[in-house]
Amino acid sequence: MQTIVEKSPKTPPPNKSRSRLWVEAAIVAGLAIAVLVLLPGLLNLTGQSFRVGLLGRFMALAIAALGIDLIWGYTGILSLGHGLFFALGGYALAMYLQLQIPAGQLPEFITLYGGTELPLLWKPFYSLPFTIFAVMVIPALLAAVLGYLVFRNRIRGVYFSILTQAALIVFFNFFNGQQKLINGTNGLKTDTATLFGQVVSSAPVQGTFYFLTVVFLVAAYALCRWLTSGRFGKLLVAIRDDEPRVRFSGYNPTAFKVLVFAVSAALAGISGALYTVQSGIITPNAMDIGFSIEMVIWVAVGGRATLVGAILGALVVNFAKSLLSEQFSAVWQFFQGALFLLVVTALPDGIVGWLMTQGRDLLRSLFGRSQIMTYPSLETDPEVQYERETLGNRESDG
Amino acid sequence: MFSGLLDAIFGGLSNGSVLLLAALGLAIVFGLMGVINMAHGELMMLGAYTTVVVQNALKGTPLFDFYIFPAILAAFLVTALFGLVLERGVVRFLYGRPLETLLATWGVSLILQQFVRSVSWQFVIGIGVFCAVFFGIQLLFSKTPLSDRILQNRLLSIGSLGLDALLSAAAVFVATQLTGVLGLQILLAIGVLVLLGYRGWKSLEQRNADWIGERLSRIAFIAAAALAWNISDYWGKVQTTWVRPWFGNQGQNVTAPTWLRGRWNIQIGDIQSGLPYRDAFIIVLSLAALTAVYLFLNKTDWGLRIRSVTQNRGMSACLGIPTERVDALTFALGSGLAGIAGCAVSLLGSVSANTGQTYIVDTFMVVVVGGVGKLVGSIVAALVLGVSNYIIGSGSLVTLFKPIAPISGFFEFFSTISMAKVLVFALIIVFLQIRPAGLFPQKGRTVDA
Amino acid sequence: MSGKLLEIENLTVSFDGFKALNNLNFSMDAGELRVVIGPNGAGKTTFLDVITGKVQPTVGNVRFKGRDLRKMPEFAIAQFGVGRKFQTPRVYLNLSVRDNMELAYNKQKGLWTTLWGKPKTGDKDAIAQLLVTVGLLSKANSPAALLSHGEKQRLEIGMLVAQSPDLLLVDEPVAGLTDEETEKVGDLLLALSAHHSILVIEHDMEFVRQIARKITVLHEGTVLCEGTMDEVQSDPRVIEVYLGHQEDDED
Repeated sequence: MQTIVEKSPKTPPPNKSRSRLWVEAAIVAGLAIAVLVLLPGLLNLTGQSFRVGLLGRFMALAIAALGIDLIWGYTGILSLGHGLFFALGGYALAMYLQLQIPAGQLPEFITLYGGTELPLLWKPFYSLPFTIFAVMVIPALLAAVLGYLVFRNRIRGVYFSILTQAALIVFFNFFNGQQKLINGTNGLKTDTATLFGQVVSSAPVQGTFYFLTVVFLVAAYALCRWLTSGRFGKLLVAIRDDEPRVRFSGYNPTAFKVLVFAVSAALAGISGALYTVQSGIITPNAMDIGFSIEMVIWVAVGGRATLVGAILGALVVNFAKSLLSEQFSAVWQFFQGALFLLVVTALPDGIVGWLMTQGRDLLRSLFGRSQIMTYPSLETDPEVQYERETLGNRESDG
Repeated sequence: MFSGLLDAIFGGLSNGSVLLLAALGLAIVFGLMGVINMAHGELMMLGAYTTVVVQNALKGTPLFDFYIFPAILAAFLVTALFGLVLERGVVRFLYGRPLETLLATWGVSLILQQFVRSVSWQFVIGIGVFCAVFFGIQLLFSKTPLSDRILQNRLLSIGSLGLDALLSAAAVFVATQLTGVLGLQILLAIGVLVLLGYRGWKSLEQRNADWIGERLSRIAFIAAAALAWNISDYWGKVQTTWVRPWFGNQGQNVTAPTWLRGRWNIQIGDIQSGLPYRDAFIIVLSLAALTAVYLFLNKTDWGLRIRSVTQNRGMSACLGIPTERVDALTFALGSGLAGIAGCAVSLLGSVSANTGQTYIVDTFMVVVVGGVGKLVGSIVAALVLGVSNYIIGSGSLVTLFKPIAPISGFFEFFSTISMAKVLVFALIIVFLQIRPAGLFPQKGRTVDA
Repeated sequence: MSGKLLEIENLTVSFDGFKALNNLNFSMDAGELRVVIGPNGAGKTTFLDVITGKVQPTVGNVRFKGRDLRKMPEFAIAQFGVGRKFQTPRVYLNLSVRDNMELAYNKQKGLWTTLWGKPKTGDKDAIAQLLVTVGLLSKANSPAALLSHGEKQRLEIGMLVAQSPDLLLVDEPVAGLTDEETEKVGDLLLALSAHHSILVIEHDMEFVRQIARKITVLHEGTVLCEGTMDEVQSDPRVIEVYLGHQEDDED
C-alpha cells in the first residue's frame, strides 16, 4: 500500500516529500513490528506455528527478489543466474557453521572422504566477521567481474540472460563435482550445527534468525528505495529505456550496470545465507536452473519496478507453492508453468500494477464512485488502446 | 597416444553433431525473430518420447529393424506441430519483448515436463473433453456476427478469464488452508463469489460484444473444466489401468536397431581407433538435416522469404511477404529440428522428462558463440564446443600432455564431463572479449542502433 | 590550425569494403552554425557516428578542441563536450520530462556522484528555464511517453542544450514535423547558435534556407563543396548530384 504514497503524480515540494518519507518509514516500521510480533503470535494461536518458519524463509527469499527487481524491474537486465549468488551466500554461512566444532576436529564429511586436514578454502571461515563479509562480498565480487566482462562488450538482452544461466550451470557442475571440498551433491547441513552453544534448529536460534531476516529485509528495502528514488534510480530506468542514448548523454552505462548487478548479487547472497540457516541445508540444487527463473517470476507476479511488488510476489508465490505442493505435487509444476504464461501475457505489471489500475477501478466501482476522466483520457479509450497494441506489435517486430 | 587423439576427435565429432542438431533449430528461430525458446530442450524431449512411442508400436513387426526412420519423421511432425501451436498461441503476442518470451517459453517447458510425467489415458480424456467443449463453444459462437470483435480480443479475454479463475481458486484455497474453521471458509468463498458476481453485474451496464465474449469463454471454461474433470474421473474408476501414467518418472529406454550396434574399426598403420555405428548415424543424420535446411533456405520460395525477413523485417513486410506466416513456419521448422535432435538423443541414453534440460545450456552457448543470422556460425560453434567439451572432458589432453606435468595436471582437474564445462565456459567468456558478437556477426551500421 | 573547434583529416570508414566515408576533410570554427547536406547514402549519419565515437574510423584523424577523439569511448566524448541529437527523437519514455532534462543537465556523471548527488536549487531553476525555452514547462511532470512527436523533438533538443556541450550535433531535427513546428525548431536553433557551435544535418531545403550560413555538401563519403547557400546552389556539381542521376543507396 505504500506504493500509492510513493507514486504521486506530481513532485511535491521538498518538505512535503520529506514528510511522505516519514509516513512511509512509519508504515514500514509498523509492518515490520507486526510481522515480528503479531503474526507469529496469531499463527501460533491457530495452531499453524510451522508457518512461522515458512514465513521466515520466504522473507529471506524476498530479499533476493528485491535484488532481481533492482536489475530486471528497474534496469531491464534479466539475470537467470541469481541462484549462483544465493548459493554462494548460503555456502559461506554453512561453512562457518560446519566449523563450529571442538578445536582440532574436521567437518564430518571431510573425514568421510578420507581427508585429513582442512582445505585452505575453509580456513577463513573460522571467523564470523569474515563470514558475514563473505556472504555479501563474494557474490558481489563475482557478479562485478562477470558483469564487467559481459557489459563492457555491450552484450545485453537475451545474450546476457543465457550467459548468466550458463554461469549458473557451470558453478552447479563445479559444486556437484567437488566432494572432498564441499561435500558435492549432498551439500552442507546447518541444522545440527551449534552456534554460541545452541543447536541451530532450536527455537531460540531460529527465532533470532527470523528477527534477523526481518531486519535485513527492511534494510534491503531501504537500500533499494534509496537507490531507486534518486538520480541513480532515474538513470537505471534510462538505461532500461535506451542504453545507447545514456552513453551519448555522457554517462558510462557499464559502470552503473556493474554496480547494480553486484548489489543485487549481494542481496541474493544475504538471502541465501538467511534461507540456508532456516531451512537447515544448502546443496548445489540451489543452483538449479528452475530456481533462478522462479526468482524472476516472484518479481513478475508481484509487479516489476515496484519494490513492494517484489516482496509481495516472493511471499505470495512461495506460499502458493508450499500450499499446492503439500496437497498435490504434480499440480504445482503445471500451476507454475501457467503462472509464467499468464503473468507475461495478461498481467505484465503484476499484482501491484493491477491494484494500481484495475484494482483501483474495481474498488471505485464497488463503492459506487465513478471514475474521473483526466488528461490522458486516450489511455482508457479501448479503440486507441487496441490500435496502439497492434501497431506496437508491428513496430517492434523489427 | 595418437590413437587416443583419434578417439577424442571421433567422440568430439559425434558430440558436436548432436549439439549442432539441437542448436540448429534454435539458431534459425533466434536469427529470425530474436526469440530464445527456452522450451527448445523440452521439444527435443518430446521428439525423444515420440521415438519411444514409435519404437514400442513397431515392436514385433518386420519394420522394427528400421523403426528409426518413421520415428524421425514422426518426431519432426509432432514437434513441428507443437511448435506451430506454441508460436500461434503464445510467442507471437510477445514479439519485440524477448525477455518476456524467455519467461513464457520457460513456463511452457515446465508444463511439458510435467505433462510427460503425468500423462495417462485419464489425463488425455480430460484434456480432450476440455478442448472439445471449450473450443467447441467458442467455435459455435464465432459463427455469429459478433465474432469479429471478439476474435480480436480473444487473448485478452482468455487471459483475464484465466486470471479470474486463478484468483478465485487461490482465494478459496487460501481460505481453506489458513483458517481451518469451516464457517470462515464458507464466508470467504461467498465473499469472493459475491465480489466477482458484483463486478460482472456492474459491467452489465457496459454490455458489448467484448463483454459477452468474455463471459461466454468464462462459462465455456468452467463448463469444460467441470465436464472434463467428471468424465475423466468416471473413466478413471471404470478402467483403473487408465489412471496409470504412460511414462511416469522412470527413464524410457530406446534400443538402437541391430544394424546400429557395433563399431567401425579404423586402422592406419599402428594407430587404431573406431567409431560406433550409432555415432556415425548421428553424424550422418545431422549432415542430412543441415543439407535439408540449407536447401530449404536457399532453393525454395519460403526459404527466400525466411532469409529476407531475417535481414529486414519491415522491408519484407512492405514487399508483401506475409511475415506472420514466415514466423509461424520458421518456428515450426525450428521445433521440428528439435524433434529430430530428440530422436538422435534417444539413441544415446535413457529418455526422461529431464532429457531436454541437459542440452539447453550448451545449445544456447552455440548461439552465443556462433552469432546471429548465419548458419555457418552455428555449425562452427557447435563443432568447436562439442569437440572441445569432449576432448577436455574425456581426458584426452591429459594423455597428450603427459610429458609436461603442470599442463597435464591442469587438464586433469577439468577432465570430467561437468568440469569440462567449467573450462569451456571460461573460454567462451574470454572469446567474447575478443568477438562480442560471435564468430560471424552481422556487420554494418544497423547493428548497435 | 589551432583556432578550429573540430578538425577531420583524411577520414575513411569502410564497412566490409564499402566506403561510407572516403578521404573526408572537414573543419569547423568555434561558434559556427554549419549545415551539412547531401543526397541519401552520402555518409551524413556515419559522419556523426564517427565524431561521437559510435563508429571507429578505418583511416584518418578526428580532433576536437585539439584532442584526438579516436581513442575515446562514446561517453567520454560526450563528457568532453560533444552532444548529439538523433534522427528519430530518443528520450527516456518512462521518465518524466523534468527527469529527462535533469539527467542531461547533471554535470557530474560519474558513478559516485550520481549515487550521492542531489540537484541544487540553482540547477532546478536552470532546468525550469530550459523547459520554458523548449515550451514544455506545463508538461514537466508527465512521462515523456505521452509527448507528441514534435514535443519529443523539442525535449531532445532541450536535453542536448542542458548537457551544455561545446558542439551540438543535430541530425535531421525537422523530419516528420509540420511546417509550423519546423519553423519553431529553426528559431530555436538560431537562438541557440548565439552561444553554441552547432552542426546540423538536414534534408529539408526550406529549413536549410531558414538557418544556414555556411553549408557543406557531402557526396559519396567526401566533401563535394562548401560555401553559402547561394554558392552551393549555383555549383554545377551539386546540381548534378541532386538532379543528374538517381541515387538508390540506403540511408
